Amino acid sequence: MNKLIELKNLTKNFEDQQVLRGINLDVYENEFLTLLGPSGCGKTTTLRIIAGFEEPSSGQVLFNGIEISKVPPYKREVNTVFQKYALFPHMNVFENIAFGLNIKKMDKNVIRQKVERMLKLVGLEGFGSRDVTLLSGGQQQRVAIARALVNEPKVLLLDEPLGALDAKMRKDMQRELKKIQQEVGITFIYVTHDQEEALSMSDTVVVMNDGEIQQIGSPTDIYNEPENRFVASFIGESNIIEGTMVKDYLVEFDGFRFECVDKGFEDNEAIEVVLRPEDLDIVAPDQARITGVVRSVTFKGVHYEILVETELRTYMIHTTDYAEEGRNVGLLFGPEDIHVMSRMGGY
Amino acid sequence: MKHFKKLTYPYVIWSALMIVVPLLLIALYAFTTDGNVVKKVSFTLENFAKIIEPTYLNVFWKSIKMGAITTVICLVVGYPLAYIISKCKEEVQGLLILVVTIPTWINMLLRTYAWMNLLADNGIINNLLSKLGIGPLTMMYTDFSVILGMVCNFLPFMIIPIHTSLSKMDHSLIEAAYDLGADPVQTFRKIILKLSMPGVINGCMMVFLMSISTFVIPKLLGGGQYVLVGNLIENQFISVGDWNFGSAISLLLAAIILIFMRVTKKIDVKEN
Repeated sequence: MNKLIELKNLTKNFEDQQVLRGINLDVYENEFLTLLGPSGCGKTTTLRIIAGFEEPSSGQVLFNGIEISKVPPYKREVNTVFQKYALFPHMNVFENIAFGLNIKKMDKNVIRQKVERMLKLVGLEGFGSRDVTLLSGGQQQRVAIARALVNEPKVLLLDEPLGALDAKMRKDMQRELKKIQQEVGITFIYVTHDQEEALSMSDTVVVMNDGEIQQIGSPTDIYNEPENRFVASFIGESNIIEGTMVKDYLVEFDGFRFECVDKGFEDNEAIEVVLRPEDLDIVAPDQARITGVVRSVTFKGVHYEILVETELRTYMIHTTDYAEEGRNVGLLFGPEDIHVMSRMGGY
Repeated sequence: MKHFKKLTYPYVIWSALMIVVPLLLIALYAFTTDGNVVKKVSFTLENFAKIIEPTYLNVFWKSIKMGAITTVICLVVGYPLAYIISKCKEEVQGLLILVVTIPTWINMLLRTYAWMNLLADNGIINNLLSKLGIGPLTMMYTDFSVILGMVCNFLPFMIIPIHTSLSKMDHSLIEAAYDLGADPVQTFRKIILKLSMPGVINGCMMVFLMSISTFVIPKLLGGGQYVLVGNLIENQFISVGDWNFGSAISLLLAAIILIFMRVTKKIDVKEN
């Protein structure tokens, strides 16, 4: 796969506030890449720099190897789907989608064909003459996607495009966006604060916090092998326990030594261990080393969320088995359930 | 809300007395003779027939022409100003709009007298020009002075509606246009100008209506011989004493304004 966009040491200051602190990121062709992080982490600023709406304070933006950070947005081969769609209210659906093609002075018949094809792609056939202000949120969203895609950009930038939709509509649109991306075969850079959205759609997830990239990886890597406390706690629920890496494949925490699958740390390095709630099993106290008392049980639909208080801390467990409050239990987990991460970074 | 409805009755009565009754009286005068004596009413269309005389038609024509020129100048000067103001930071915008509206706090008569001092043959401007060896230029009692007076008085009414429609425009629409490949000129033509049309139409309507019906400005800056429709009406009521003819002109002017408003409203609807 070819590198399409490279961000090198990107920083951005707004007045005296630093919102990006040295972003390095490679985006490949046909990749669905998601910038994920809490609000204010710099993900939208990064996207706006790629689109050309902001100029970086320092650093480089390379597009196909060419520096573009000074190129105005209307000369870039990227298109954006805006958070609140930004459809032109004085134009109908057809005119909105045709806007970019009309600017390029394309032949009217070609424009008609292209727009019709886009309307079909986003499932809005026959909507051409509708007034955009009278469409539902989901339909406006589709028009915004069609308006961007019809220009056949190399990269489509999406700034929290599903933020304004209700939960059900979001799920449908997530599936549809992924389908569209595979059909048109272009790079998507997607900004969201919704970790579930990021995990279910992306090829690559970039977790950001406080203007810095915390981790880049596939959704499974990000979930199973978080590199620091921030990533572990931002993506899904987790039990984070301070411990020591005795040597490769052996970790010590809560007063016990456990076999694990991690290596490459220094002997006796202070580390943190992540135990995902769904990886923990509740067993009889004599079958496990860590034991405790069930403090609360909450029914969550698919599973129970059980809090078990041990001598040193409270563990969260997600399980389909019921355990009544006050019972003494043991917590069982295997070597592959232990995820060791360095204490550096995060917070 | 329903039980508050009674509270509007005094207002309705007041409006009826102060607005509707005088309007009806004007209509009555326009269609009658010897209107000052209401007891023996005799209807006639003579007052309107009189307007068709070339002298009076010319006055109408000239008023509309001057109104149109004033409107165009206000638009050409006011749009860029409104645009620049809308680009400023929010606090600065408030201040600039205040600056634009400050002149309207001072009585129009005073502002017009001020212009007379500035423009007079031995006024401030000609004094300065003579120091440079130019002039004296005759500026008072010309079309120039009348238009200048009208533009200066009515410019805020052009700037404010345009500024309002520009500043409430969603900035992401402009970014979207750039994003789709439109350069700044294309973005202005296809997006910004189109979306500010309601403000432009409102501004033009206000300035045009005020300039075709004003009588103070042409009287002071145009001199006694300078007659626009407003002056014509004033003369009929104050100097000539022909209230019937004055009323007929007023009614015709109102009709012209009404037609003008209908037309602009149609354009407004079409634009959106």
